[in-house]
Amino acid sequence: MMTFVLTNVTLLVILIATAIAISRMRALYEATMLGALFSLVTASLFVLLDAVDVAFTEAAVGVGISTVLLLGVLALTRSREAVTPRRRHLPALIAVLLAGGALGYASQDLPAFGAADSPVFSHPITGTYLHQSQEDIGIPNTVTAVLASYRGLDTLGELVVVFTAGLAVLSLVGPPARPEETMPRADFHLADYRIIRIISGILMPFILLFALYVLFHGEYGPGGGFQAGVIFAAGFVLYGLVFGLDKAQRVVPRVALRILVSLGPLVFIGLGLATMLLGGQFLDFDVLDPNHPEEGQHLGILLVETAIGFTVAAVMTTVFFSFASRGVSR
Amino acid sequence: MIAGLYVYWALFAVMLIGLYVVISHGNLVKKLLGLTVFQVGVFLFFISVGKVAGGSAPIIAEGAGPYSHPLPQVLILTAIVVGVATLAVGLALAVRIFESYGTVEEDELERVADEQPEPNGAFGAQCVPNAPFGSERGGGRS
Amino acid sequence: MTAQLPALQVAIPLACAPLCVLFRVRFVPWLLFVVAAVGSLVCAALLAGRVASEGTVRYAMGDWRAPAGIEFVVSAFNTPVLLLVSLAATVTAGYARRSVAAEIEPRRRRLLYACLCLTLAGLLGLAVTGDVFNAFVFLEISSLATYTMIAMGQHRRALLAAFRYVVIGTVGAVFVLIGIGLAYAVTGTLNMADLAERLAEGHDNRALQAAVVFVFVGLAVKMAVFPLHAWLPGAYAEAPSVVSTFIAATGTKVAVYVFCRFAFTVFGAALVFGVLRIDRIGLALAALAMLVGSAAACFQQDLRYLLAWSSVAQIGYILAGVSLATASGVSAAYLHLINHAVTKAALFAAAGLLVMQLGSVRLSALAGLGRRMPWTFAAIVVAGLGLVGVPPTAGFVSKWALVTALVERGMWPVLVAMLASSLLALVYVGRIIEVVWFREPPASAELEPTQSPATPASMVAAIWFLVLLTVYFGIDPTFPGGLADAAASALLGSGGE
Repeated sequence: MMTFVLTNVTLLVILIATAIAISRMRALYEATMLGALFSLVTASLFVLLDAVDVAFTEAAVGVGISTVLLLGVLALTRSREAVTPRRRHLPALIAVLLAGGALGYASQDLPAFGAADSPVFSHPITGTYLHQSQEDIGIPNTVTAVLASYRGLDTLGELVVVFTAGLAVLSLVGPPARPEETMPRADFHLADYRIIRIISGILMPFILLFALYVLFHGEYGPGGGFQAGVIFAAGFVLYGLVFGLDKAQRVVPRVALRILVSLGPLVFIGLGLATMLLGGQFLDFDVLDPNHPEEGQHLGILLVETAIGFTVAAVMTTVFFSFASRGVSR
Repeated sequence: MIAGLYVYWALFAVMLIGLYVVISHGNLVKKLLGLTVFQVGVFLFFISVGKVAGGSAPIIAEGAGPYSHPLPQVLILTAIVVGVATLAVGLALAVRIFESYGTVEEDELERVADEQPEPNGAFGAQCVPNAPFGSERGGGRS
Repeated sequence: MTAQLPALQVAIPLACAPLCVLFRVRFVPWLLFVVAAVGSLVCAALLAGRVASEGTVRYAMGDWRAPAGIEFVVSAFNTPVLLLVSLAATVTAGYARRSVAAEIEPRRRRLLYACLCLTLAGLLGLAVTGDVFNAFVFLEISSLATYTMIAMGQHRRALLAAFRYVVIGTVGAVFVLIGIGLAYAVTGTLNMADLAERLAEGHDNRALQAAVVFVFVGLAVKMAVFPLHAWLPGAYAEAPSVVSTFIAATGTKVAVYVFCRFAFTVFGAALVFGVLRIDRIGLALAALAMLVGSAAACFQQDLRYLLAWSSVAQIGYILAGVSLATASGVSAAYLHLINHAVTKAALFAAAGLLVMQLGSVRLSALAGLGRRMPWTFAAIVVAGLGLVGVPPTAGFVSKWALVTALVERGMWPVLVAMLASSLLALVYVGRIIEVVWFREPPASAELEPTQSPATPASMVAAIWFLVLLTVYFGIDPTFPGGLADAAASALLGSGGE
């Protein structure tokens, strides 16, 4: 218990220090790297708080995708922030004091941290999710069970949000340029460095294999469609960075990306409509296998995770290619 | 009381730092960074609500337990994804704003807008159109 | 299949969005949006019929009983919203084809239609869900799609407006999330009905009180309540015409509904209006919004900015009705919500037609055009009189209901603000009339109209449908009035007390 508190306090202190450093740093590349550190500390805290799935996602998203996107944008815009004028501080201070006051006021009646008798744990759904789910769905990772089945609609919404972000980036910075348009910059080519080329060549199959493992292992351990999708995307991003966008786009053509982006939500909603046609409610996976509802749930969850994986990978790759090819085709 | 609440207070501090950056800073990219910090504070708060002392991750196994609550984790998985989606949209907008105005500083953007003869202007010829696919790229990229 | 209606209500537009992206044929994305809009309108109408005959309809997603699963709840308090949103979408769909063809370049059209479907699905989901976190997810779907569409505006200022909305909107959404988190921490549930049950007592719980404040501040951003309205004028005025027509009719209105839903059926009127006295703050902000919005509208040089500022004032009227927390007040708020949505959609649609034909809706560019484009300007004037609240229009009916409700509670200062705001509305609508009919056209405008494209019948039909609906609701308010009364009694009856 003592070690837990010590580790927790240390991580929280690092977290706050990093947040303050981010807020004060005017060099934005440095602030972005600190942002990656901030996400890493957050992920560690998630592990400490028993949220391994969330930690996995935060590590993949915060340290990986967000950082890459921010760096890409900084390359396209300006990397140094102007001095914040004094007059801007006052409204911010007022807003923060008000919000902080409300939060401090609220904290007085919050259940103590880690209490086993808090309203969250005494609510009957705790039993439903932790114990009843073993009979209803029968997969050990309850996070996956809640995510894909009990609250499947939220997950559909989440996938739609990712899809929307993909549309937004396509509409704003345009589709990734055609391979022949993205001429590599002559003076700088990462693939010229033998170590980088060979290491990333070796890593590629493992990254993709790991993504597949994460995708299909989500029922038993931490992982699932979203994390797998981000890892897939990370693989393509690495390939694009090292070997050039033109080569990466030959591996994953634009048309395939566009279809994959829309395919995930379609499969997910289609699954919901199919369960309706089979006589159940929207997203009721029991009816997929009427004799063995548990098997139906397994099948449904697997389909859902796969749909998420493909679309997330496609959207993240599209977003990266869009930003990157905007830089190269300039 | 401190023993029971220190985690929440620390996370509230993280949220407020993020909120402060969002409101006070004029740089659009920095604003988005602040927004991320703000959101992460909220995410950690949710997860800490679902933590039980001496618990383990809610992956059911023989002889394990007690388990932390899976529900906040599911919510935050969704919220993280929403957060990164918002970040991507914001960054895409920032890139386009830089291309058509030549800056991503809010104060300078306001100044540029004020310089125009018709501040609430129409889609007149003297204004730079909102052209999407980089056919023309106004703005001073160095 | 009728049992599946609540799910279909959201699933139909949601499924149309990815299909829009997939098909490259020119008119298919538009057709899909029509399918989404008409499909949801049919669902909404059937659901409204079912609610009227059988009462509240509950639908368990994935067949998991709430609170373990997510449930959709259709009751008298949200059928008006469902009808309004899907009707607005249907009219927008009719209007969209020519408007989008004129304003949006071909490559982005299907993305725009996909985003319209997503916004529609998000707003409908927000209206129909019975789960607080699910509401957050739908809120984000509709918001992200709206940001994207605003950024497609013709002018580069659209980008700034969209970015400002992204930042303010996301901060608002995160505030809602904090409120949900605090409420979850002290109850352990996310289901609205379950929350209401568990919150029935313990009103002095400080975490709960803070939760109320955070949720309402976050929603106030989405509603564009007075000091948090900064995103609205730019967002409405710079968006493509079809988008401003749709979101002016729906976006803030659905947020108002969610506000009511949280205030009356989740936290309960006893806590919100009894312990925390949100009603006083609400009325004060409503009065300020009426005055500031209308006054600012008087000084605008651009028709679309003028309309957007007038929306800030109109949100004030609606908020005043809700804050009264009486049956007549909430009913008046719903009525004004419906009437104003129809009126403002007509005005933005007409402004969009002008943008298409003249290239500009600066008031100076409209001088003396009344005789040349009599039908369009007649529509603007009739709908404009609806904003002021002149008798044969719907605006009069709902403002009168609001006045009655205010008098009932003796809220004289708010009443004075409302009358002053209506006078200011007369000023800005009068200004449009004066410019359009009584000023000489500028010399430069003489050349243009000969080249201006023919007026598309579909757009005129959409505009006049909305205008005639405004007049019809003014003459015979039984339909919207009945919906509003049923909504108010459903909200206050289930009070959560």
